[in-house]
Amino acid sequence: MVKKIKRSDGRAPDELRKPYIIKAGVVKRAQGSALVQSGKTIVIAAVYGPKKVIPKHLEDRDKAILRCRYNMITFSVKDRKKPGPDKRSVEISKVIANALSRVVMLEEYPRTLIDVDLEVIQADAGTRVAALTAASVALADAGIAMKDLMPAVAAGRANGQILLDLTKEEEDAEDAVDMPFAYIPSTGEITLLQMDGIVDLNEIKKMIDLAKKGAQQIYELQVKALKERYAALATLSEVVK
Amino acid sequence: MITQTTKDYLVRLLKKEERRDGRKLDEFRKVMIEKDIGENAEGSARVRIGNTEVIVGIKMQVGEPYPDKPDEGVMITMCEFLPMASSSFEAGPPGEDEIELGRVIDRGIREGKVIDTKKLVIVPGEKVWTIFVDIYVVNDDGNLYDAAAIAAMAALTVTKIPKLDENHEIIEGEYEGKLPLNHTVISLTAYKAENVIFLDPTHQEESIIDSRLTVGVREDGKIVSLQKGMEGSWTEEEIIKSIEMLQKKAKPFIKQVVK
Repeated sequence: MVKKIKRSDGRAPDELRKPYIIKAGVVKRAQGSALVQSGKTIVIAAVYGPKKVIPKHLEDRDKAILRCRYNMITFSVKDRKKPGPDKRSVEISKVIANALSRVVMLEEYPRTLIDVDLEVIQADAGTRVAALTAASVALADAGIAMKDLMPAVAAGRANGQILLDLTKEEEDAEDAVDMPFAYIPSTGEITLLQMDGIVDLNEIKKMIDLAKKGAQQIYELQVKALKERYAALATLSEVVK
Repeated sequence: MITQTTKDYLVRLLKKEERRDGRKLDEFRKVMIEKDIGENAEGSARVRIGNTEVIVGIKMQVGEPYPDKPDEGVMITMCEFLPMASSSFEAGPPGEDEIELGRVIDRGIREGKVIDTKKLVIVPGEKVWTIFVDIYVVNDDGNLYDAAAIAAMAALTVTKIPKLDENHEIIEGEYEGKLPLNHTVISLTAYKAENVIFLDPTHQEESIIDSRLTVGVREDGKIVSLQKGMEGSWTEEEIIKSIEMLQKKAKPFIKQVVK
């Protein structure tokens, strides 16, 4: 059971950050896009594709290639981030693409490329899970065939407590544990799992259970964001008529 | 080139809990650990798991601390798949597979607080030891993650700190003492193919795998890192079961590696 002790931002241990906002269709030029704001963390995702693979020899004749770029902009953090990819961003891009390929029906789009650009505008921990949450909304917004949406959230530990959706302040605790997690609610599949920090098995169980509950809430917000987006489009087409 | 016929055969075997070389699902090939394999490294090791071979060298240099950790040494992990190790490896800057492997090994050592980095300060806030953990894959017959994790830990156990002169330049061939270590961490990996979980795949068996889960285990039984890799997914039960299995499997390696 999660004890109800207040956190520095007043949240309960099993509560998402406030505000937690998901908005679809924020980058008009892109085929699909989404913004996720989790407290102070802000990520924008944009999707281009399916499009031609260049150079051609890289194409896969059985399915689309899903390419993700996770990037932190220079002023997303206090000390200016050096522009361009580093080992961390390469790894994160890879685990995000791996997770998404579980829901995107890539076999529907052979010989093509689907580009997902994920830009961290402001970082206060949990950027990779915000990016993944935004990515699946952006892909759905682009009309790309998918089996489901994929909510992602971090669970962890700070100051002896198992917590959901940690802030940077909490992640800096002496005993901090961070466990990024992504999940397909309809099947129960865990598609992204990483962790750093010193824990025992029982704590891992608690963190997974907490992350599942958080993911379920985020899933509902993802669905709501897409419904709002399409309601707005429907109204627009009424006007055009 | 692994034919579809071979892949189908391996899948059929796995579903019967069998493997081509007669091993059980959770059985490792013979693991050989050899230390001090490179004279010019401050510490080194070679690990063979069956035909897989990984070498790790530890190099130490005087460097600057990270601004947010002025009183700690720095560790940098690098991994290169040598072109000789497999027909699919190409020369060039580290690709994403090499980067991921390096980062997963790094995470186990770093999060498990293996190295006593506070003892690696030369001039507080200005000069500290930078420890390079350089991983080279010499022969890829599967399970590079475990071979690299064992080799990195083995190399650290024999690493010596070079002696410095009054200008903080390294005096060649002279050492101050051993690299101070607080803990031993071995990261081991569970692999999944067609919903069967097994350990230590050969290169052939890796061709049918759709996911892996690497778990960093410390000598006190604590789990210090997790990484799900590749495109497949896991259920909560599979994750918990695999962590329990790897916690047990890591014990003999932890003992062996400090010998």
